[in-house]
Amino acid sequence: MSLLIHLAWTFALLSVLAVGGGTAVLPEMQTILAHQFGIDHTQFVHIYSVGQLAPGPNMLMVLVIGYQIAGLIGAGVVLLSFFLPSSLMCFYMGRLWNRFGENPWRRSIQNALEPISIGLMSSGVYAVAKASVVSGITLALALVTLYLILRTKINPVLVILGSGGFGALLMAYLK
Amino acid sequence: MSSQIQDDVQLAKSPSLGDLFIQFLIIGAVSFGGGIIAYERILLVEKRKWLSEDEFMAYLAISQTMPGLNSVNLAVLAGDHLRGALGAITATLGLIFPGSLLVLGFGMIYASASDHPSINFILAGIAAAATGLLAAITYKIGDTHWRHVKSLAIIVCTFILMSIFKLALPYVILIMAPISIYLYRPGQTQ
Repeated sequence: MSLLIHLAWTFALLSVLAVGGGTAVLPEMQTILAHQFGIDHTQFVHIYSVGQLAPGPNMLMVLVIGYQIAGLIGAGVVLLSFFLPSSLMCFYMGRLWNRFGENPWRRSIQNALEPISIGLMSSGVYAVAKASVVSGITLALALVTLYLILRTKINPVLVILGSGGFGALLMAYLK
Repeated sequence: MSSQIQDDVQLAKSPSLGDLFIQFLIIGAVSFGGGIIAYERILLVEKRKWLSEDEFMAYLAISQTMPGLNSVNLAVLAGDHLRGALGAITATLGLIFPGSLLVLGFGMIYASASDHPSINFILAGIAAAATGLLAAITYKIGDTHWRHVKSLAIIVCTFILMSIFKLALPYVILIMAPISIYLYRPGQTQ
């Protein structure tokens, strides 16, 4: 029970700190999960990565983390605690907004939060890369993906599946 | 005749909860590989005309300013606009339902197969590509921020506090937000 409360509190806090979207809390999530819940960096990156293959909001992979830690109940607890607090805040802000209308400070706050969120996302890239770019081959796969996403209109899911398939082929070849 | 048109407008403005759920469920099921905001815009502004372009942009701006996932926040706001609190819940549940099921399926496979060596090779390839994807998304979202000295300074400071000094996220935000809001206070140029 105390594990579930700990889990709920952790993801509720991450929820309200997720300025500019879920990926901003990736590095913090990775650190907390390693220190307090025994999910190591490699496991975390695997779960994050496989989560990118699913449709819908890109942080649904938190469900898998909840599942790993405390089974289906853990998944439910994480889903609620990660999505409910920020959604409630946005809900009430939306209603306040309709009452008070446009205000120069809203633009200012958004402009101010954008670079912070990009800095946090950069930390997310760094954190994920440290656990996933572990050899010449994985570096090459990451760079090819970066190039393909920036330069072509190919669907990211296909690139990720292709890269996974390449890993499987390589394994068959090495055997 | 004109009352007929007015009725039609009214009808288009307030969908049933079931319709709202199904429409967001479709987005939640087909948005493989991201771009979910674009799907929401097509649904809300073009396909059903539930929001005007202006309303959509205003809600998108609030979604981006508030914590949480932009696509989820947008569903909350659009649902509330159309059907109140129940609408907000309905739209959000529709959006996250298909992906949640799929992700849980992956999770169950992962939990039972992660120590298998062949799975690890595939996962290594998938993780490398996901890293490349995250880097690309970060670069794209950064857009013009990479070229503005003020933005770049805040990006670099945030990165250093988070990744090099390894401060906890609440402290990083408590330090950086006041500085950044001061730098971007109303009346300042980009």
